[in-house]
Amino acid sequence: MSDVPKPEELAKVDHTSPLITGWMNSPVEIKKGVACYAGKPKNLEYVGLPNPREWSPLDEDWKLPDNWKEIILDGLRERLERFRSLKIFMDICVRCGACADKCHFFIGGGDPRNMPVLRAELLRSIYRREYTTAGKIMGKFAGARDLTVDVLKEWWYYFFQCTECRRCSVFCPYGIDTAEITIIGRELLNLVGLNIDWISAPVANCYRTGNHLGIQPHAYKDMLDFFVDDIEEITGVKMEPSFNRKGAEILFITPSGDVFADPGTYTCMGYIMLFHYLQKMGLDITWSTYASEGGNFGYFTSHEMAKRLNAKMYAEAKRLGVKWILGGECGHMWRVINQYMDTFNGPADFLEEPVSPITGTKFENAKGTKMVHIIEFTADLIKHNKLKLDPSRNDNLKVTFHDSCNPARGMGLLEEPRYVIKNVCNNFYEMPENTIRELTFCCGGGAGLNAGEDMELRMRGGLPRANAVKHVHEKYGVNMLACICAIDRAVFPDLMQYWIPEVGVIGVHEMIGNALILEGEKERTTDLRSEPLHGMEEVEEAEEVKKEEKVEENKDV
Amino acid sequence: MNFIIGILFSLVVVGIFVLIPWVGVWAFDLRYLFGIIVPYAAVATFIVGIIIRVLGWARSPSPFRIPTTAGQQKSLPWIKQNKIDNPSGTIGVIIRMALEILLFRSLFRNMSLEFRGGAKLAYEWEKWLWIAALAFHYSFLVVLLRHLRFFTEPIPAFVRWIEKLDGLFEIGIAPFAGFAAPGILISGFILIAALTYLFLRRLYISQTRYISLPADYFPLFLIIGIAATGILMRHMGVFMQFIFKVDWFSVQVVNVKELAMGLVTFNPKIPEGIGTIFFIHLFLVSTLIAYFPFSKLVHMAGIFLSPTRNLANNSRTVRHINPWDYPVHVHSYDEYEDEFREKMVEAGLPVEKMPESQTEDGSGTQEEAEKE
Ligand code: HEM
Ligand code: SF4
Ligand code: SF4
Repeated sequence: MSDVPKPEELAKVDHTSPLITGWMNSPVEIKKGVACYAGKPKNLEYVGLPNPREWSPLDEDWKLPDNWKEIILDGLRERLERFRSLKIFMDICVRCGACADKCHFFIGGGDPRNMPVLRAELLRSIYRREYTTAGKIMGKFAGARDLTVDVLKEWWYYFFQCTECRRCSVFCPYGIDTAEITIIGRELLNLVGLNIDWISAPVANCYRTGNHLGIQPHAYKDMLDFFVDDIEEITGVKMEPSFNRKGAEILFITPSGDVFADPGTYTCMGYIMLFHYLQKMGLDITWSTYASEGGNFGYFTSHEMAKRLNAKMYAEAKRLGVKWILGGECGHMWRVINQYMDTFNGPADFLEEPVSPITGTKFENAKGTKMVHIIEFTADLIKHNKLKLDPSRNDNLKVTFHDSCNPARGMGLLEEPRYVIKNVCNNFYEMPENTIRELTFCCGGGAGLNAGEDMELRMRGGLPRANAVKHVHEKYGVNMLACICAIDRAVFPDLMQYWIPEVGVIGVHEMIGNALILEGEKERTTDLRSEPLHGMEEVEEAEEVKKEEKVEENKDV
Repeated sequence: MNFIIGILFSLVVVGIFVLIPWVGVWAFDLRYLFGIIVPYAAVATFIVGIIIRVLGWARSPSPFRIPTTAGQQKSLPWIKQNKIDNPSGTIGVIIRMALEILLFRSLFRNMSLEFRGGAKLAYEWEKWLWIAALAFHYSFLVVLLRHLRFFTEPIPAFVRWIEKLDGLFEIGIAPFAGFAAPGILISGFILIAALTYLFLRRLYISQTRYISLPADYFPLFLIIGIAATGILMRHMGVFMQFIFKVDWFSVQVVNVKELAMGLVTFNPKIPEGIGTIFFIHLFLVSTLIAYFPFSKLVHMAGIFLSPTRNLANNSRTVRHINPWDYPVHVHSYDEYEDEFREKMVEAGLPVEKMPESQTEDGSGTQEEAEKE
């Protein structure tokens, strides 16, 4: 963060493109603070990705295989045959520019190659050269250019400056989805060993340990045990989540980020509390250490890698003999589950159509994949009055809600989270309508770009979102940004710290954890973060004093 | 390549396409070539080209369901689904596609970004592109349909209606009485106005100026050329004759109709009394038709096949097959447990197989603990 320019500096963005020099003639400079680190050889080797080696994007020599050009062009041909999307998107763009100022990276950075249309043209220009007659004969006059090492570097630089958020595709009159082009572009790059560390390391970890962070089974359990202790301290209720338990009715899978780092950990505590609450009402659920990752960084590598990592979910469900799967709050995880999982690894005919054991609701919309989103599950519980909630315990929060890109534009999960939020807190304010729901702005760190070394890029990409949060902060005093995505929870704290330090970040199930009235709980004086509840500041202080006194006493003894 | 070269190049090419028939007909009298062979060749190229294009697209499958969901999904029964922007079935998809194709619904969402210093963003009303795009496409369609009167005998009623309506509009909104003379049709003028706007916009907005290729200017200029020559023939012929006593732009409509009928009945002939201007018009149209399948103009066909728009968001309900799916390497649970078994047992996690040492004397973990 220290070498990122100051917010006032960063906010001076120039959106005018160069007047005279065309983009094909202006060289690309790979910048620190924007480019991510290269993938490490050991991680590529572990999952069998091509060309593992030490290299750096800041070096001149990227150590490509000798026949890299052949590999890329063959790969492109193969993908044109496999994806109608790619073929059509290569052919029909009219360069109307409707998508140009819709990308958060362009808005916050002004680099013209971050206009979705130009990002796509980076690939399209090669497509024209190789596969269209006009491009072969007329070259630049037909918008075609040769594939060179510099072009490849340009691809790498800009396909790893796209968070695959699909905002551009909402505005395109033909639905051209630059995310799809980025996905396939990254797939091509991976064929010659061009990746980023922040993606290839989680992929290798996930392959081996079941989750992106490389948490081994015993440690995974340890971490949840910590949360159990914390919950007991806060609520006085002891909970016992179960792991890898055969014969459970439901398997729960959530992103490992929430097990690992604040503020996601509090969301994780929320899950544990909800499941405990429902246990007596008939919920029979298990966590898994093998399928301990909901997210899928394979999806940011290639379709094949996405499928390889996703396979664990059904495999584990089958091994444990559960009836259906419940999935936690996560963004791209849900795009994969909604739009790919059944096709990748289905049919899940060994599972049953999901039915809520508490309300009896059949989740008709999930009868194929047999996987339900926890927000759908919880919304249904609240609708049926199955949860005793005290929203006033979230009274110190003035909340706004960030629609994560993937659940919004790759699924359509818009009302469910709002319904839940409105039931667990009293102060909810929407951001301006051009920045929410299907028009939502990315957090700036999706699709594997939530690394540390590209902080400037992230702060720029997150600017439109931060700007909307700032608006509600100034207008309504919003102090909490709610989300249903583990990457959001990892990315937003930095972003808020940078642009609007007064605003924190919270998962929706953390708010549930706060509001949920547990059987036999003691009077709560703090929220899950151990911060005093609204109106409890004094009680809490007194408690603190008492505790300190106790400590003192103990010392004396 | 920059916009200056792009524009000049496109202008020159369109200029050449104007000169070719001009010289050809005026100096060399190649009426048969420009009146019959070129149009036939252009239409044949169009048909074959479009078929190849569309079949080419269709040959590649849509392996995954990737609709862009722009509204609430079908979920719990009490949550209202947005059936058009997030369709879960065929009817919704058809409505969504119809709105895209007939009304450019996605383009209607357009708004422009206003960036005020100090990181203040605002999103402003920006429907001009949408308005101009609709104006252009619909006036183009009207002009196209009006041309049916050359190719049909008797002329279908709807073509007459369109013509009437086209003329009526003029009378309704014209500012000067004189301008509203009967027989003047507004669609051609709207067409040119919209195209001019689209061109100026491309030039004026720094972003579109930067991304534009000759392939973006060329069709605009070409269609402006077509519309201009058409308007010259239709409205200026009589005028020029009357005022300046020259017959540059006059064309005998009966003769044009004879030529057109000859073409569609495959009984082509070149009647007398058709001015050079007509051959220029026809050549530009032929160019557009032949150019169509190989250019961005195929968006007309492509939009129907766009997977982010023409698929239902039902992939959690209905299974979809990827035709080129292949088996992949996965890390099985057994491999996982083999690596972590000891630690799992130690942490009290259930395992499929007990560790070797433990099954032998039942105290593997303890032993290890003692060692330390
Ligand atoms: C199903 C039929 C069609 C649909 C839905 C459609 C839709 C669109 C849309 C939404 C745009 C973007 C807005 C704009 O830039 O104007 C566009 C651009 C364009 N269309 Fe079409 N179109 C169709 C058929 C055609 C045909 C038959 C032509 C033939 C001349 C054509 C020529 C163009 C041109 C030249 C542009 C670019 C305008 C520019 O440079 O800004 N379109 N079309
Ligand atoms: S909105 Fe679509 S057609 Fe227009 S420039 Fe962007 S990708 Fe191309
Ligand atoms: S998908 Fe998102 S990040 Fe990528 S080009 Fe489109 S708007 Fe930008």
